[in-house]
Amino acid sequence: MLLFVEQFLNGLQFGLLLFLLAAGLTLVFGIMDLVNLAHGSFYMLGAYFAATFTALTGSFIGGVVLALAATLLVGMAVEVIAMRRLYRRDHLDHVLATFGLILFFNELVRLIWGPAGMNLTLPSWLNTSVEILPDVQYSMYRLSIIVVALAVAIALYLIVMRTRVGMLIRAGASNREMISALGINIKLLYTFVFGVGAALAGLAGLMQAAILTAQIGMGENILILAFVVIIIGGIGSIRGAFIAAIFVGLIDTVGRAFLPDLLKLALSPAAAATAAPALSSMLIYLVMAIILVVRPAGLFPAPGSR
Amino acid sequence: MMPALTLRNVVVALLLLMLFLVPVYAAVIGNNFVLSLFTRIVILAMAATSLNLIMGYGGMVSFGHAAYLGIGGYVVGILAYEGILSGFLQWPLALLVSALIAFVIGLLSLRTRGVYFIMITLAFAQMIYYVGVSLNRYGADDGLTIYRRSQFGDLINLSNKTVFYYLCLVLLLASIYLVWRLVNSRFGMAIQGARSNDRRMHAIGFPTFRYRLTCFVIAGTICGLAGVLLANHTDFISPAVMHWTRSGDLIVMVVLGGMGSLFGPLIGTVAFLALEEWLSGITEYWQIIFGPLLLAIVLFARGGIDGLLAGIRRD
Repeated sequence: MLLFVEQFLNGLQFGLLLFLLAAGLTLVFGIMDLVNLAHGSFYMLGAYFAATFTALTGSFIGGVVLALAATLLVGMAVEVIAMRRLYRRDHLDHVLATFGLILFFNELVRLIWGPAGMNLTLPSWLNTSVEILPDVQYSMYRLSIIVVALAVAIALYLIVMRTRVGMLIRAGASNREMISALGINIKLLYTFVFGVGAALAGLAGLMQAAILTAQIGMGENILILAFVVIIIGGIGSIRGAFIAAIFVGLIDTVGRAFLPDLLKLALSPAAAATAAPALSSMLIYLVMAIILVVRPAGLFPAPGSR
Repeated sequence: MMPALTLRNVVVALLLLMLFLVPVYAAVIGNNFVLSLFTRIVILAMAATSLNLIMGYGGMVSFGHAAYLGIGGYVVGILAYEGILSGFLQWPLALLVSALIAFVIGLLSLRTRGVYFIMITLAFAQMIYYVGVSLNRYGADDGLTIYRRSQFGDLINLSNKTVFYYLCLVLLLASIYLVWRLVNSRFGMAIQGARSNDRRMHAIGFPTFRYRLTCFVIAGTICGLAGVLLANHTDFISPAVMHWTRSGDLIVMVVLGGMGSLFGPLIGTVAFLALEEWLSGITEYWQIIFGPLLLAIVLFARGGIDGLLAGIRRD
C-alpha cells in the first residue's frame, strides 16, 4: 500500500512534467500547424540554464526565474529567425528543419557546458520529505513539482479560456486569415505563444534536472513520450494533452514498478525477469496502438482540427 | 530508349562508375578505410532508397525507418550468437521478420495521416529500440558482436571485403531497379495517385489502404536487407542503429538527394556522408554547422541535389 501510494504520486508527477512539455507542443501545433521536434531542446536548455544561474546567483528561486526568462527569450528568437519561415511549408519540412535545430542545440550545449552532465542542487527546504499520510513519507521536492505543475496547468486553462489573449489564441487556431484580417498582430501572437511553449518545456526540464541531471539529449526521449501523449490526447487539444499526460505518466511508472511482480504470477521467475523490462518499456506504446485502433484522431480531437 | 545526355544523367553515370571503381582505387592506394566508408555508403543508400519508395512516391513520411535496419541486423546477430551461421537461413528469416513487423506497424499507422503518421512511426520505432535495449541475453545497450559473417558455403565469401562491397553494390542497384519497376507499374501509379488524392483514388475503385500497406511492407523489407548487410559489414549490432536520430538521418539523405527521384537517395547518401567526413575534419563540433545547413537546405533548396541538377524546383 505504501509503495503503491509512492509509485502513484511518482506517476502523477511524471505525468504532469509530460503535460508541461506536451502543452507547448500541442499549442504550437494547434495554432501554427507546426511540428516542432526541437521542443525537447528547450527542455534541455531550461535545465542547463537553471544549473548555471543557480550556481551564479546562489539562489534556487533566482536561478529558476532567470532560467525561465532565458528559455522564453531563446524560444522567441528561434521563432523569429527560423520558425516564422516554415509555417506555410509542409510537415516534412518542419521535421527536417527542427531536426537540424536539435543537432545545433545539442552541439552548442556540448561546446558551452562540455560533454559531462550538470547537477542542479536543491536548497535544503526542498530537499526533505513530508508526511503525506500517517506513516507515509514523500519527497518534498516531488510534491512541490506536482503543486507547481498543477498550478501552471490551471493558469494555462484560465489564460486560454478566460482572457483576451486566450481568445485570440483560440481564434488563431480556428481561422488565422480571419483573425489577421481583423487587425490582430498575428506575428507577435505567434512569437509569444512559441516563447511561452518553450518556457513551459524549460520549466519541465529544470524540474526534472534536480531529480536526474542536466545532460545532452535529455529532451529527446521525453519528447517522444510527449508525442505519444499528444497522439493519445488528440493534436491541438490542451484538455486532451492533460488527461493523456497523467494517463501515460501513471501507466509508465506504475507499470515499471509492478509489472515484474505481476508477470511472476503467470511466468517462471527467469522468464519474468527477461520479459518485464521489455514489456514495461513497450507498455505505453501498446496502449497508444490500442487507442489508435479505436480512435484514430485521439481521445479528444480539437474542434476544427485538420 | 537512350537516356538523354542531361547534366543529371551524366552525374548519375559518373557516380555509378565511381562506385564500381572504388575497390580498384582502394587496392591501388592500399587504403582499406575508403572501401569501408563506401560499403557503408552503399548500404545506407539502399535503406534510403527504400524510404524514398514510401516517402517520395507514396507520401508516407516514416520517421521510424531505421528500426528495420536494426531488425535485419538483430536477426543475423541473434542467429549467429545461437550458432546458426548459414546465410541461407539467416537472410530469408531476417527479411520475413522485417516484413512482418512492417506489416503490423503499417496496419496500425496507416489508419492515420500527416503529422499523426510521422509521430506514430517514430513512437513504434522507439518501442522497438527499447526492445533492443532490454535484450539482456544479446548485449542489451552495449550491443552484440558478430564473430562470423553469414556463411554461404562455396557460393560467396562475405569475409572478403571486395567481394562483400560488390555484393552490396549489386543489391543496391537491384533495389533501385525494383523501385523503378514498381513506381512505373499500375501498382506504383495507384500509390502515387493516393499520395496526391487518396479519397479520389478510393472513389475510382482502388483499395488504397491495401496498396499503401503493401508498399510500406516492401520498403520495410528492403531496409531489413540493408540491416542484414550493415550487421555483416560492421560485425556488430546494437540498439544505436535504431536510434531515432538514425531515422532522421535517413530522411535527411532522401531529401538532400531529392525526394521521389530514382537516384536521389543514392546521391543524397553520398553527399550526406561526404559532408559528415568533411565537416568533422574541420571541427569536432561539426553538427553545429550541419544543423543550420540542414535548415538552410529546407528553406532554400527544396528539390534537393537532384532538383538542382535537373534545374527544376519541386513544389
